[in-house]
Amino acid sequence: MSLSITLTINGAARTIALDDPRVTLLDLLRERLDLTGTKKGCDRGQCGACTVLVNGRRINACLALAVSHDGADVLTIEGVAQGAQLHPVQAAFIAHDGLQCGFCTPGQIMSAIGMIREAQAGDDPERVREAMSGNLCRCGAYVGITEAILDAQRTMTAVGRREAA
Amino acid sequence: MNRFEYARPTTLAEAIEAGAAPGAAYLAAGTNLIDLMQGGVARPGHLVDIGRLPGLDRIAWLDDGGVRIGALVRNADLAHDADFARRFPAVAEALLSGASAQLRNAATVGGNLLQRTRCGYFYDTASACNKRDPGAGCDAVGGENRLHAILGWSEHCIATHPSDFCVPLAALGAVVEVQGAAGQRDIPLEDFHLLPGGTPERETVLDRGELVIAVRLPADAARFAAHARYLKVRERTSFAFAVVSAAAALRFEGGVVVEARIALGGVALKPWRVRAAEAALRGARPHQTAFRQAAEAALAEATPSGDNAFKIELARRIVVRALTLAAAGTPARMPALPASPFSGAITHA
Repeated sequence: MSLSITLTINGAARTIALDDPRVTLLDLLRERLDLTGTKKGCDRGQCGACTVLVNGRRINACLALAVSHDGADVLTIEGVAQGAQLHPVQAAFIAHDGLQCGFCTPGQIMSAIGMIREAQAGDDPERVREAMSGNLCRCGAYVGITEAILDAQRTMTAVGRREAA
Repeated sequence: MNRFEYARPTTLAEAIEAGAAPGAAYLAAGTNLIDLMQGGVARPGHLVDIGRLPGLDRIAWLDDGGVRIGALVRNADLAHDADFARRFPAVAEALLSGASAQLRNAATVGGNLLQRTRCGYFYDTASACNKRDPGAGCDAVGGENRLHAILGWSEHCIATHPSDFCVPLAALGAVVEVQGAAGQRDIPLEDFHLLPGGTPERETVLDRGELVIAVRLPADAARFAAHARYLKVRERTSFAFAVVSAAAALRFEGGVVVEARIALGGVALKPWRVRAAEAALRGARPHQTAFRQAAEAALAEATPSGDNAFKIELARRIVVRALTLAAAGTPARMPALPASPFSGAITHA
């Protein structure tokens, strides 16, 4: 069976021929498109390392069949910086030591970007931790991660206000 | 993962025809099914992707004040719908206490009802499981079973149903709309899931090919909005299934309970509404004595299925705590840790 799908990945349209419907969005990104920034941790929806934005919402790419997402807009860690300028969440993770080994970091950052868009947590650290509970960090960089997200959210809100003015 | 044929029908009629084929399974978001297929636990020969069927992703308010939630509405969208959360706060709280934000963004209402048990022996294909392999036996009996059922279990299966969402739905009298080749029918949520008995492989009353298309909550369920809570004890603060949970909803007149709704989660293979406990509260003032009596009634028939006798007293205490919280009133804003007994109690510098 040959299935052809079209995805917009990091702003670029891609037509992909799938030889098998079993391919997950995660495996498609990593194995077929060489977008290896998105990580495979548990492959079971439990660790969040594979988090990407699909149509603007954060999901686990490991539990999504690629073929089901024909036509979707996908944003991965490779697509968040503007050239050499890091995304505010990326910059904040560096500034606040929101990582140690770095394996979970792309998923953490994509999840944080999705979380900020959802606009449910506000500036309450407890709500941020709850909203980020789908992303595990086995190095335990959670304190820095929470600080980085709150800081990035403040930066993005301030920039948003300036741009709206 | 096993090989399968994939189809994405564009109409409900086509989907139901395809879904009735032997070995077919419906695929919505796949947050549970793909996981089960990755582990070889589920091996459907045909996947019928219903993810884009038209008209199933809407929340519709009914003329009588009830609500009809399409089967493809995402868990997060329902929980964050302001009108829905105001009328059915315990349902929103239950949704937000389940899984992670990523999973809630994908997982659907219909899929939530149909999620499979999280029993470790069901998930481990090297273990005996009557659900996975009828007649094989049950390794959970006599195994690691401290989180297993205390109500409605049988010697053939002691698993629990993992849904949070279904618990307040059962308490509030939700109805499941299903469509099959023979037409449409309504099934009360309380009757939708089956207890294991001698056929634990049969999990719901759905016939082959029948598809959940919507869940309805009746208008009278919104009358509890001022006093409705969901409370869930987990083995960690977030992103874990319930050890025990409870939905409690109360209606007061003149300081007296005129109507109570109570259902338990994590205790049986279905959400467990306890009418005896509801009846025990009618006419009572909201005191601990009355709540404890209701809790005793709720767990009167509970028996341990293994190393889990602690869940019986835990469930009683969760009932008392959920009733206490419901009586105090639904909070104006969703707690920082939805459904957590620790919400507001944990502070980190």
